[in-house]
Amino acid sequence: MGVKLLLEKANVPGIRSYDVYRREGGYAAAEKALKEMTIESIVEEVKKSGLRGRGGAGFPAGMKWSFIAKPEGVPRHLVCNADESEPGTFKDRYLMEFLPHLLLEGLLISSFALGSNDTYIYIRGEYAWVATILEDAIEEATKNGWLGKNILGTGFDCMIHVHRGAGAYICGEETALIESLEGKRGNPRIKPPFPAIQGLWMRPTVVNNVETLAAVVPIIKMGGDEYAKIGVGRSTGTKLISACGNINKPGVYEIDMTISVEDFIYSDEYCGGIANGKKLKACIPGGSSVPILPANLLLKTAKGETRYMNYESLSDGGFATGSMMGSGGFIILDEDQCIVKNTLTLARFYRHESCGQCSPCREGTGWMEKILQKIESGKGEVSDIDLLWDIQRKIEGNTICPLGDAAAWPVAAAIRHFRDEFEWHINNRELSQTSNFGLQHYADPIHVPA
Amino acid sequence: MSLQFNNEQMTEFKRLVARYPEGKQKSALLPVLHLAQDSFGGWLPTEAMDYVAVLLNIEPIEVYEVATFYSMYNLKPVGKFVFEVCQTGPCMISGSENIITYIQQQLGIQPGQTTKDGIFTLKLVECLGACGYAPMMQVGKIYREHLTKEKVDAIIAEYRMQVAAQN
Ligand SMILES: Cc1cc2nc3c(=O)[nH]c(=O)nc-3n(C[C@H](O)[C@H](O)[C@H](O)COP(=O)(O)O)c2cc1C
Ligand code: SF4
Ligand code: FES
Repeated sequence: MGVKLLLEKANVPGIRSYDVYRREGGYAAAEKALKEMTIESIVEEVKKSGLRGRGGAGFPAGMKWSFIAKPEGVPRHLVCNADESEPGTFKDRYLMEFLPHLLLEGLLISSFALGSNDTYIYIRGEYAWVATILEDAIEEATKNGWLGKNILGTGFDCMIHVHRGAGAYICGEETALIESLEGKRGNPRIKPPFPAIQGLWMRPTVVNNVETLAAVVPIIKMGGDEYAKIGVGRSTGTKLISACGNINKPGVYEIDMTISVEDFIYSDEYCGGIANGKKLKACIPGGSSVPILPANLLLKTAKGETRYMNYESLSDGGFATGSMMGSGGFIILDEDQCIVKNTLTLARFYRHESCGQCSPCREGTGWMEKILQKIESGKGEVSDIDLLWDIQRKIEGNTICPLGDAAAWPVAAAIRHFRDEFEWHINNRELSQTSNFGLQHYADPIHVPA
Repeated sequence: MSLQFNNEQMTEFKRLVARYPEGKQKSALLPVLHLAQDSFGGWLPTEAMDYVAVLLNIEPIEVYEVATFYSMYNLKPVGKFVFEVCQTGPCMISGSENIITYIQQQLGIQPGQTTKDGIFTLKLVECLGACGYAPMMQVGKIYREHLTKEKVDAIIAEYRMQVAAQN
């Protein structure tokens, strides 16, 4: 059993309620932070912990906090990003649904450290029942003196508000989220200015992911140094992984980042192996935006070394032979899955979610979907593969926000690693409509140059 | 204007607006549009959007801009129960296509259509954050997960009974 810092109490009956959460030691970290620590020392512990943002980009949380501007007389805000719309990702939902008070405790400590008297949770609109759970928890926490005015007699006021979005992946991007929170379309802003200087209502704002903010609780409880001892290298602490696709045990798992990808997939404690006795073909290890890897490159790096479930190891080899930790959305594809079709559904997703501000993203995502549709339906030509490659390359790096890159990478990786499957589709127009390319050589041991 | 919040809805409206600082009431637009949609029959006619604009003291165009951007707002009438079935990658590899076809057959409608009796609308949507519990769909404020043909049958029957009980 690995270390559990976030989900340790997830199975305690009634843990969703304040009373049980408190009885199990909840809000002790908040008490410690507000009564015994200074703002500086809290930020220092978070820095020492090495905690990296769990929303996808992996930016060090303590460093982000230290950037927040503190102009005289201007309110500051903490915003919790609970938009969670990256395909494959459903870990924040689990945390909020089962441990709402853990998130509130993390928000309270973080709000105190950042000087946010009004903190917002921006939750995707579809998680309506989760929003209700959070609102109920806020009411309980307020009744018990953990939110509201003059908390624990410290003079610190803090209210947490739940704000429901209305269906838009782009609102997970922090500046689009801020626009949306201001009651506008979710069009990302051009940076700079960064939210830490001018964010919500042009006030200094920090946006952090749900899991990042929940992790502040164990960090304060155990101290940043102790937290940093868990994991490996710059992958400190624990990470929530939402595993889905063709595995025996889909679900949300907390891992310490020393476990190998192979163990994570095959051990009974986690995914429990590939479903229906099938073979592993490919995996998108960090949410739909990160590069897909064939089985052989997933389990071992191009150097032939074991690949582990952490930031560094998953990205070993760069985009040529590696992928990314991303949001922790771990999608497994078995030998029966068609890479062309899978890529098509993702391309459709990004076309649907593009906010439309930048031409390369708005037009390019549509073109990629159309060409993939053409190939998938047995009407493709070999030149279409190069055309796809060309389009994705022209989107990447040429847009206001990273959604453009996020749309380009899955297509690029699919072609990079599965080009022969695309070609097979094109050369076997009829056969490809009734059968799949299958596993082929994708799980074969990789040739490691001496 | 004929569309108006009743007292209870008005109380909820005030609660939503109170979350934001003085003068920043436009921030309540998304939550208020949810409230309007829930209050006025599951969709947002222009009249409802204009009403929201008056309440929030903003221009109607500011409301239209937002209502047309977000996928959860219905700009056309929908059935009593909207089946929003996820079709994105993780659900697709877990069998969502068969479920979608089955629902189409059972309801006799295509995605985007409403049954003649006005009870069901079928919509195909993108990832709803339930990928590990696929195939799945959202119906109103809840998720229906781990769908099988049998489960779909039971869900359809359940909603038909609800409607019959109301009539
Ligand atoms: C298109 C797009 C979608 C995103 N969606 C989310 C999301 O749903 N949740 C999230 O926490 N971060 C999301 N992010 C990342 C945020 O912009 C931001 O980096 C993050 O919330 C910062 O929090 P963290 O440092 O704690 O990870 C998204 C980014 C992009 C470009
Ligand atoms: S990259 Fe796409 S989503 Fe991002 S701002 Fe440009 S058009 Fe909008
Ligand atoms: S892909 Fe269907 S819920 Fe995520």
